[in-house]
Amino acid sequence: MKERSFMKSLSAGLVPAVPYLWLGVFFLVPFLIVLKISLSDPAVAQPPYRPLFEWSDIMGFFSALDFENFELLTQDDLYFRATLSSVRIAAISTLLLLLVGFPIAYGMARAPERHRSLLVALVILPFWTSFLIRIYAWIAILKPEGLLTQALSGIGLISEPIEILNTEWAVYIGIVYAYLPFMVLPLYATLEKMDDTLLEAALDLGSTPWRSFWTITVPLAMPGIIAGSLLCFIPAVGEFVIPDLLGGSETLMIGRQLWSEFFSNRDWPLASSVAILLLIILVLPIVIYRDVEARRLETRP
Amino acid sequence: MRRTFAPWADPQAKPLIRVDNVTKRFGDAVAVDHLTLDIFEGEFFCLLGPSGCGKTTLMRMLAGFEYPTEGVITLAGQSLEGVPPYRRPVNMMFQSYALFPHMSVEKNIAFGLKQDGLPKPEIADRVGEMLRLVQLEKLAKRYPSQLSGGQRQRVALARALAKRPKVLLLDEPLGALDKKLREETQFELMDIQHELGMTFVVVTHDQEEAMTMADRIAVMDHGRIVQVADPGEIYEQPKTRFIAEFVGDVNILEGHVMGQENGLWRVKTASAETPLTIDDPDEVLHSGQAVAIAVRPEKMTIQREKPGPEAVNVLTGEVWDIGYLGDWTVYRIKLATGEILRVSRANVSRFVESPIDWDEQVYVTFEPGAAVILAE
Repeated sequence: MKERSFMKSLSAGLVPAVPYLWLGVFFLVPFLIVLKISLSDPAVAQPPYRPLFEWSDIMGFFSALDFENFELLTQDDLYFRATLSSVRIAAISTLLLLLVGFPIAYGMARAPERHRSLLVALVILPFWTSFLIRIYAWIAILKPEGLLTQALSGIGLISEPIEILNTEWAVYIGIVYAYLPFMVLPLYATLEKMDDTLLEAALDLGSTPWRSFWTITVPLAMPGIIAGSLLCFIPAVGEFVIPDLLGGSETLMIGRQLWSEFFSNRDWPLASSVAILLLIILVLPIVIYRDVEARRLETRP
Repeated sequence: MRRTFAPWADPQAKPLIRVDNVTKRFGDAVAVDHLTLDIFEGEFFCLLGPSGCGKTTLMRMLAGFEYPTEGVITLAGQSLEGVPPYRRPVNMMFQSYALFPHMSVEKNIAFGLKQDGLPKPEIADRVGEMLRLVQLEKLAKRYPSQLSGGQRQRVALARALAKRPKVLLLDEPLGALDKKLREETQFELMDIQHELGMTFVVVTHDQEEAMTMADRIAVMDHGRIVQVADPGEIYEQPKTRFIAEFVGDVNILEGHVMGQENGLWRVKTASAETPLTIDDPDEVLHSGQAVAIAVRPEKMTIQREKPGPEAVNVLTGEVWDIGYLGDWTVYRIKLATGEILRVSRANVSRFVESPIDWDEQVYVTFEPGAAVILAE
């Protein structure tokens, strides 16, 4: 009897600890390692940085740490431009995803109930194929003699092959295509819960369908809009594969910069500081969102 | 004042709403079937019927959420054909209230006024007036999730009234409230309607609610209107057996017409030894016709002693069940034919010497004028 209650209280204490444990082992510890590397100096060695930690020389350990790498980031405007360009591309992509994803999610939420689970399954279906292969497939579609050019010239819309691969547009197409489920699913979840009589009430009170959409549907879908946008914006900022395969050498993004610091320049400390910078950029919108959400809940429990 | 209000009796009066031979089909299903109805200005009108009778569809056609398959609805002489809900001078209070959860009470009430583009001070005035009307001044800044069911109902009412519509539609307005609150709110709705002089059309399946509030009731069944009349007439002069059974409690005795004597009908039934005498002069019947006689429980009397030979309409049975309701006692009397009658008696005295008890042999009588003949 006593033993059981002990087990009970133990498991009651442990269960909430599970997510912390997971995040601690797989996020916090690696993050601290990256932080440490970002503060050390590069070295021509294997691995290419000063040792992580030596118990014998704690004072030396701390004295060897400095912000040199971060200073370098501010001195060379390449990083600044890459960051800016990443945020811009991610923001435009998120906007495009909203424009494409909202009608899809709205249509799904309005579909007959027996079709809805099938539609959800279809939205997730592309995940059955490898992400890399799907992005590669876009090369075949977008290249100058690719399927898009063939199709458009076939119906007589264009006579010259269109230059779209290796431009920013190809990156937008790739991101919108690859990230769409992350936008559609949270939107669908909020729109599906929405009570249709609210729209009827708005119409009844003299609001046109278009105005009712903006005054009722959009505000009530806001949690889904924010969740979907964060789910798309955050990984899009750090995206590497899509700009690398579709964007050509002109497309400047921080994820690619990070990759080339690691693998081309083998400057791990600098690469780590780029990673830390990226993290700071991405944490900011989440903190703001949480703050806004908390204030919203405070005024309206 | 209410007593004299009867525009439907005046052949010169023009109806505010005219439903002219309207049919609504959903695929093969007929929801509203060749229905014609006039509703007059200032009326408190009730559409009463069981679920699936088409009353909600009719109301949704008035609001503009559905359009008639056939026929025309006119409002103040204007056809509503093809007019969308946001262009109709009609507002609706929804059964679920449909309050906007992301707007405070005052924003909810102001919503319709904003759509009309009224100047801000006027909107504020009108919202204040509505809040006073439903006594919610103190809760103006609250959100719907912070209100009780009764308070939400008031917000929904205030929001629907704010635009001063020509017609207010109320879909089961009291359905979500508990009994006590429902009774209070019934009278409040009547007061508000009276004060504003607005036309109210209420959809309900609750006959008590309809009886209390309405000037006139339209009883609907299978997409048609079976009777339109004031509550008293619906109760005392039901046109069909369906209405008699749907509105209030009733005892039905089946029989055959024998003929007319001194203006009273004589009807032979299996339940009574002698033919029943019924005073229902408006019915046109012929001998041998199968009819149903409807008698309300409160119009029957119950006694232990055998009535004298001068008594008409005597039925014999034994007490099967007694239900004590406080103000009334309901007796269920089993006749020799196996039929069970419901007889109710007002408890006018606190103590009864020797009350009628279970299994006792009793006599049930009723006056000729207490019954209605319904042609089968």
